[in-house]
Amino acid sequence: MLKFILRRLLELIPVLLISITLVFFMVRLAPGGPFTAEKSFTAEAIERLNEHYGLDKPIMVQYGNYLLNLLKGDLGPSFQYPSRSVNDIIKETFPVSLELGALAMLFALFVGLMAGIVASLKPNTLQDHVPMGLAMTGICMPSFVLGPLLILIFGLWLGWFNASGWELPIDRVLPVITLGSAYAAYISRLTRGSMLEVLPSDYIRTARAKGLSEANVIFKHTLKNALLPVVSYLGPATAGILTGSFVVETIFNIPGMGRMFVLAAFNRDYTLILGLVVFFSLLVVAFNAVVDILLGLLNPKLRMHS
Amino acid sequence: MNLKNTALLICALLILSGCKRRETPVQIGNREQIMHINAGSEPQDLDPQTTTGGVESKIQDALFEGLVAWHPDHTDPYPGAAESWDISKDGTIYTFHLRPNAKWSNGDPVTAHDFVFSYQRLFSPSLSAPYAYMHYVIKNSEAYTKGEITDFSEVGVKALDDHTLQFTLKAPTPYFLRLVRDRSSYPVHPGTILKFGKQDERNTKWTHTGNLVSNGPFKLEFWQTNRKVKTARNPHFWDAENVKLNEIHFYPIEDMTSEERAFRTGQLHITKETPQERIKFYKENHPDKIRLKPWLGTYFYELNTTHPPLDDVRVRQALAMSFDRTEIVNYVCKAGEPAAYNLTPPDTAGYTSRAKMEYNPEKARKLFAEAGYPNGEGFPKMEILYNTHKAHMGIAEVIQQQWKAALNIDVELLNMEWKTYLAMKHEHKYQIARASWIGDYIDPSTFLEMYITDGGNNNAAWSNKKYDDLLKKAGAEMDQEKRYEFFQQAEEILMTEAPIIPIYNYRNKALVHPAVKNWKPNPLDRHPYKYVYLEVDE
Repeated sequence: MLKFILRRLLELIPVLLISITLVFFMVRLAPGGPFTAEKSFTAEAIERLNEHYGLDKPIMVQYGNYLLNLLKGDLGPSFQYPSRSVNDIIKETFPVSLELGALAMLFALFVGLMAGIVASLKPNTLQDHVPMGLAMTGICMPSFVLGPLLILIFGLWLGWFNASGWELPIDRVLPVITLGSAYAAYISRLTRGSMLEVLPSDYIRTARAKGLSEANVIFKHTLKNALLPVVSYLGPATAGILTGSFVVETIFNIPGMGRMFVLAAFNRDYTLILGLVVFFSLLVVAFNAVVDILLGLLNPKLRMHS
Repeated sequence: MNLKNTALLICALLILSGCKRRETPVQIGNREQIMHINAGSEPQDLDPQTTTGGVESKIQDALFEGLVAWHPDHTDPYPGAAESWDISKDGTIYTFHLRPNAKWSNGDPVTAHDFVFSYQRLFSPSLSAPYAYMHYVIKNSEAYTKGEITDFSEVGVKALDDHTLQFTLKAPTPYFLRLVRDRSSYPVHPGTILKFGKQDERNTKWTHTGNLVSNGPFKLEFWQTNRKVKTARNPHFWDAENVKLNEIHFYPIEDMTSEERAFRTGQLHITKETPQERIKFYKENHPDKIRLKPWLGTYFYELNTTHPPLDDVRVRQALAMSFDRTEIVNYVCKAGEPAAYNLTPPDTAGYTSRAKMEYNPEKARKLFAEAGYPNGEGFPKMEILYNTHKAHMGIAEVIQQQWKAALNIDVELLNMEWKTYLAMKHEHKYQIARASWIGDYIDPSTFLEMYITDGGNNNAAWSNKKYDDLLKKAGAEMDQEKRYEFFQQAEEILMTEAPIIPIYNYRNKALVHPAVKNWKPNPLDRHPYKYVYLEVDE
């Protein structure tokens, strides 16, 4: 297992290097720069700013400096938010996205698994069609439709929730549902599919024949195997959901990382874009590794192969 | 099945127990004098000397107080940190008498030396303060900013004693009192600046939660990225007794629809804007909540005068007079914006331009024919560049259509993301572009100076020696009437030469909760918070 984790870590290096290099040069190709403003700065001011941030140096030197600082864990200063470093911004915004994403993932898992199991027990009946119909709607309904719809009903008409913000615990409800539903829908389809594959197996029949309770058969015997595709889906999905969703964070005005990411690109905040890409890549690779380990634990066959 | 039913029951109970119509932040705020405002986006920083945006100044107005302040009822200079001032006869020496009882939020006295420190910081070369140039009327400040002199005592800012501050100007500047009201001249607390870095160092953490010390009616409670900036009444403020609000919370909501929803669910007292499609609704159903007031700004088109055939003044004039602005303000803008036929908004500190463009398609066709394009024949394809926004697109479409009808020319629309749009304009890689200008202070110069030869914001790349001379003369003129006459003549040249096509004057379109009192219209959207309070009408 140690060797496996070590290999994963080593694989991280080229992935990071490639993404940093691509992003580093690509953001500089975009027209305009961090100091392009409507009320233009004087030429001297821009010159001094470039000097201050080292943007006057040859691009390869800038690239080298960035990598050196990165090794020290320093992602540099933000251009758009001059008093804050990229590290500060990640420290401040990631916990918010993490909380939103984790809650949304829990919601998605709970609802998705339940719906999937319920549907798979009586395929092609109403008990199957209703949750799967809802799931289909969930997959198709983009969050920029679902979010405002939920706000309209539960915020404006019923007055139960705030339309936006991240102040009170209750403010988490609508964004979590909005962000989680598409994932819930996907998980429910995956669960139903693999449950249907596993349920007719011989060992399930044996379990039933032994006289085990239905709950025991489903949750202990069937679900464990049926979970495999769900778990492999969870890796990248979790990384994606945790780093924040621009749409959901914008609709609900949530101070998370997703919004920062898009704003950084609009603002040509080179260091912030790069910093977030580095952080995001780390998360994706880490979660994929976690999933691989989990899959290994769930399925001895996989462990043997690796 | 039992398990499932129980789970369902628990869920239902949980949902029902938690859900009832709650008391909104606005209702709580009205009771406890806590005001919720949308600033419009995340502030870049709270440092008054390194920021330029309206978002930042909204917050800085609560935290800091300049020498001269605003009054809710008028736009005239009103005593702020200075209780009075004297102006020398030739108009070049301003002496401010500071309030002896003025204090920073940590209890330190506010002195003239603090102001000198702040101006030195503003002009220091390494801070590269973007608005330093606005204050170049102060003697030797330009040379100091450009590093030509290094001794700050040569610059015209001096503390005569702890409470007397004197400015020496290089020329009489009738708008100087309005200028020192800009946030870039707000004082900063020397002790705090030096605690977190050097006087002229950028990017220090002095504005962060727990660090910032300010001299305004409110002090910083906390600032969390993209969540909010919370300010609370500053007990050390010299006029704290008369500050009625206990707290002001500034939110960074960018999306207009989200903002309007937050207003409707009682989370905001004041929005930044009203989405265009909701203006009619509010006008008809909640006229007490929508405030459509003049805003000192003009929406216009810029023509790249280096790009043929736009280098031909006849072509520019023809384009300017061949579309109907009233159609745009009535059907696209909809907030009662006045159509604009010149650059400076009407009644800018008493100045209204004599020169006006006209709407005359007949004459436009004639001019076009003279320029060699009878009935639009042979006119090259042109593009109208604008940044992503529904209204910009709507306006461009109307103009595109009207130019086709009046001049029989085809123009295409080119939509670009903000920074790309700015870069294309700065590099003159465009033909016709949407533009706008909001005054920094109330004076015609903030508009007209934009088009001096090689000016940093002269994206039309237009140059006219007579125009430059007139503005230079106006800059040295003491007498307001003569000064305005120079501006009149300059604006006449600008309108005849038509490097720009004014379209309409801006309106502020905020939604304001009826409980907000003393929030009066202001052409620069500046609202002195110390007078504001919340009271629900019976």
